[in-house]
Amino acid sequence: MSIPILEVVDLHAAYGRIEVLRGVNLSVPKGAVMALLGPNGGGKSTLTKIISGQKKPTSGDIHLGGVNVRDAGSEELARLGLCTVPEGRSVFPNLSVEENLTLMSYAGVSVEAVLETAFAYFPRLLERRLQLAGTLSGGEQQMLAMSRALASDPALLLLDELSMGLAPLIVDELYDTVAQIAESGVSILCIEQFARTALRVSDYAAVMTGGRIVATGEPAEIMETMSDVILGGAA
Amino acid sequence: MSSFMSYTIFGLFSGAAYAIAASGLVLTYTTTRVFNIAHGAFGMVLSFVFWDFSVRQGLPLWLSLVLVLGVVAPLIGWFLQRFVVRGMGEGPVSVSLVVTVGLLVFCIGLATYVWPPEARSVPPFMPTSGIQLGDTYVTAHQIITILSSVVVAVLLYLLLTRTRIGTAMRASVDNPELLKLFGGRPDRVAALSWAIGISLAALSGILLVSVVGLDYYALTLLVVNAYAAAMLGRLKSLPLTFLGAMALGLLTSYSAGYLPPDGWLNDLRNVIAPLFLFLVIVAMPQAQLRVGQVKGIVSAPLPSLGKALGWGAALLIFTALLTGNLSTANLLLVGTAATYAMVMLSLVLLTGYGGHVSLAQFTFAGVGALAYAKLDEPNLYGLLVSALIAAGVGALVALPVLRLTGLYLALSTLAFAVLMDKLVFQADFAFGFNGTLQARRLSILGTSITSTGGYVLVMTVFLVLMSLFLLFLRRGVLGRVLIAMRDSPAACGTLGLDMRWFRVALFGLSAGMAGLAGGLFAGLRGTIGANDFQFFQSLPLLLLAVVFGVTSVTGATLGGIGLMLLPVLQSNYPSLAGLMLVIIGFGAVLLARDPNGLANLMFKIGRFLEARFAPQLLAKLPVLPGRGSILDEVDEDPLDASFDHNQEVPAHVAP
Amino acid sequence: MSLLEVDDVVVQFGGVTAVNHASFVAESGRVTGLIGPNGAGKTTCFNVISGLQKPTRGHVRFDGKGINHTPVHRRAKRGIGRTFQRLEAFGSLTVRDNVRVAYDIHRGVAGMVRPAAANIDALLERVGISQYAQERADSIPTGTARLLELARCLASEPKLLLLDEPSSGLDESETEAFGALLQDLAREGRGVLMVEHDMDLVMSVCDVIHVLDFGEVISSGEPADVRADKRVQNAYLGYSDDADADHTRTDLEAVHDTTLIPAVEAQA
Repeated sequence: MSIPILEVVDLHAAYGRIEVLRGVNLSVPKGAVMALLGPNGGGKSTLTKIISGQKKPTSGDIHLGGVNVRDAGSEELARLGLCTVPEGRSVFPNLSVEENLTLMSYAGVSVEAVLETAFAYFPRLLERRLQLAGTLSGGEQQMLAMSRALASDPALLLLDELSMGLAPLIVDELYDTVAQIAESGVSILCIEQFARTALRVSDYAAVMTGGRIVATGEPAEIMETMSDVILGGAA
Repeated sequence: MSSFMSYTIFGLFSGAAYAIAASGLVLTYTTTRVFNIAHGAFGMVLSFVFWDFSVRQGLPLWLSLVLVLGVVAPLIGWFLQRFVVRGMGEGPVSVSLVVTVGLLVFCIGLATYVWPPEARSVPPFMPTSGIQLGDTYVTAHQIITILSSVVVAVLLYLLLTRTRIGTAMRASVDNPELLKLFGGRPDRVAALSWAIGISLAALSGILLVSVVGLDYYALTLLVVNAYAAAMLGRLKSLPLTFLGAMALGLLTSYSAGYLPPDGWLNDLRNVIAPLFLFLVIVAMPQAQLRVGQVKGIVSAPLPSLGKALGWGAALLIFTALLTGNLSTANLLLVGTAATYAMVMLSLVLLTGYGGHVSLAQFTFAGVGALAYAKLDEPNLYGLLVSALIAAGVGALVALPVLRLTGLYLALSTLAFAVLMDKLVFQADFAFGFNGTLQARRLSILGTSITSTGGYVLVMTVFLVLMSLFLLFLRRGVLGRVLIAMRDSPAACGTLGLDMRWFRVALFGLSAGMAGLAGGLFAGLRGTIGANDFQFFQSLPLLLLAVVFGVTSVTGATLGGIGLMLLPVLQSNYPSLAGLMLVIIGFGAVLLARDPNGLANLMFKIGRFLEARFAPQLLAKLPVLPGRGSILDEVDEDPLDASFDHNQEVPAHVAP
Repeated sequence: MSLLEVDDVVVQFGGVTAVNHASFVAESGRVTGLIGPNGAGKTTCFNVISGLQKPTRGHVRFDGKGINHTPVHRRAKRGIGRTFQRLEAFGSLTVRDNVRVAYDIHRGVAGMVRPAAANIDALLERVGISQYAQERADSIPTGTARLLELARCLASEPKLLLLDEPSSGLDESETEAFGALLQDLAREGRGVLMVEHDMDLVMSVCDVIHVLDFGEVISSGEPADVRADKRVQNAYLGYSDDADADHTRTDLEAVHDTTLIPAVEAQA
């Protein structure tokens, strides 16, 4: 049994006095795609923030590739090979497409290589290389965001609410890209409120609500739990 | 025609220097959201360093330039970002304002301490060279300056658009968190921009110093020009900033050349920059309401009315005892302390409770003093009218910037203070240029108070009354609404409060309080002039208020004593004069993050001691009188007051 | 005529459309729920209604009058009160003083003369936080602070209450009491419009529900109808639409279809 690429152990976190994570245990095997599902306010976003180094946990540990990274800052993690695509607009709207791509070279790949990969995957970005990212359509902005995942060859890709605010067809396209990335052997943790698209590409799924992981398993088993949790406890 | 040409050249020269300074300011502000009020002060200090290297130590010019711009200035910038302003951009704007005002005072103190006043000069670059342009002779220094600004503009453009770190600078303006996720280091980016920013301030100072002279204040204030230019670019756009700087340089130069040499228009030429700044700020768009505030800011405890009355009486008795024993000179000092304490009380209202930073509080006191002297009605009526006039002026300052908050409001008070200082107070209808006015002491209900001791006692009565008024206000509806506004403007709006007029009233009331203090001060001194109310004095006032605690009356009283002692210590130990400012500036930088200040620290210690030693302490209290100073006296106040507050809570609950 | 009419409102931030031609109403005496996935534009709608955000297009009418150009504080005076998703309690003041300030502001000069002490305590009692009356507002738990915001809002006697995720931070029994309180508040004649993620609460107290997705209202109606609405399930579970679902149908979806529907019917 190889070391999981990401292991979260008994993680607790709070905003002020409100505990939002109450002992989260989660492990993503190397090379696997895991979907983390669950309703709003269940703690998914907080967990993402902690894994990506944007927020400090109150207790618990996080291992990335077997190394304890609990106290690492987000820029260190990024240089260690964690590629986080945060929720919402994850590009710099007042920089051009090319400038956005330039900044992706911080993760350790040369600017030329980043540009080449990005334009090869998304020819549309090449057409718009001098356009400000904020003026791109939502789907194009996500393509730009995904370019970082594609170009930087990360150890773990952390996708937070990739589909938020996007038309379903574009979401499908984006998940095709995710599937491509997964095929190249990159481990992916993909946080989603929308179950279907995420489950289509994942090997495992976990459900989070009330600050805990309440279920893990194969996508098919999980689907059952999901309907209950999301539409408010049918019982 | 030739004169027009030379005015144009001079305008372009000064515009170029402003542009260099302003672009540094914009760079640091956009990347870290900290507006550096001390930008000019650093330019001033570094000009002194340049003088020290090139003239005093006789290093070659180029080496001095390289050392200052390439080593000293960037190091200072890096240090500031790393240890002083880091993380301040996300905090309340009042904190970064106070901290950078602290840096300004620190710089002036440092310069005065290290380079005591004496005649110094820095020659222009290549003083013997120049070219003839038609009828006009253009000096090499002017050409170098204009070329420098072009080079700076081009280099900044290349840095920001053609390099990865420059791109990261612009990215961190949008979203520093995202930049971190990309693997960039916003802190490093910010440090670089501060290093460049301070370097540009130094360059601008060095280029201007041969024209302006090595002066602590002139160079520091020249940066009002840079603020004005930067504001035209909304603190964002570098091209607009350059444009604004050039326009301002030309405007200043033409007005110097073409405005009539007498009458008020003549005075106008000195205030083109603050006027420009004021107008640009007035044209700023509506500020958005901030959302997402949870932590309360004001945490000084509120003493019960009974206790407050008791300590007020104690202060009065103590002053009465003092007046019997002190020399006139010392009595004047006590009166001055009372004045300062009253002006600080006006800051407690405005800054402590209201959350607005005013850089013109002393100017309001000056308005009150001026009105009192001009009215020549040395009685309560005259004093009241003076205070009302100051209140009206305060409201007028707030009126045009009704829609603005935070930084812009504070900067407009700065522009106002400079305007008053240079234009109004020195005008013939006011104090006159270097002139003074006579003011008579107050008479109350027909009894005139002529002895200094008696007058000081009356001032103390006013101080106590003002404190009680403030506590009464804080306790009542207005105080609650003020603090609510400070904690959450958005919630106040959605509860139905029209905050704009409230803000005007707040400014008015606060200015009125300062004006009353000014009027009393005029009576105390008998002779007052524009020099008593210089713009710069408002800055240590603000700093001491914050250091001692701008959210409590006790803090204001202590601060008043501190501010009074400042010039005393400075005249007793002239060699340390600068050091005092250094300490105040440094203290403000350290303590600005908590506006509750030293006073609150004392309250906390007091509560702790009270809990542990209350019985023993109370038993010993009667033994204490006789020992000590005002400081001791006031020291006890918060201790008891806070204790009392805790006890009285149940009574407060009862409807 | 409805108490509140949101008519074809569009809000764009830069290139992103947060609210997309949304139209819905809220009636007096009813609890109206506004639900939808994260980022669907619910809080933005609240900001538009309370005046903190100008709509790019569209109209908001309150009590029959257009209020597009009415500033925030006048809307409050007309009877729109709100709470905030990210708390906006007055942290330096006690819980009781928070409510008192609201009274003072609401009653204007009259309130400055004679504050209504009895009313304040009654309000604190009513929302169930009177034991916190003397605590500083920045020292109480989030759930309590949300109730405080509700009490504060009630102090300004609004005709319409906008509640942004009022129950988050409350435990189960508190949520139940809160639900009952909401229905009482509506029964007394107020309109209540609520953004909420606790579906149990929404389904049990709301008279009408509007569902937002991609800034659009995709479904409106009574809880049972909304629950059964295919588009709502799609929005929450990520179906695009039926045609698209057919197009990419997998075994997984078949599993999903059979498990979800019975669950919903059981509830209805």
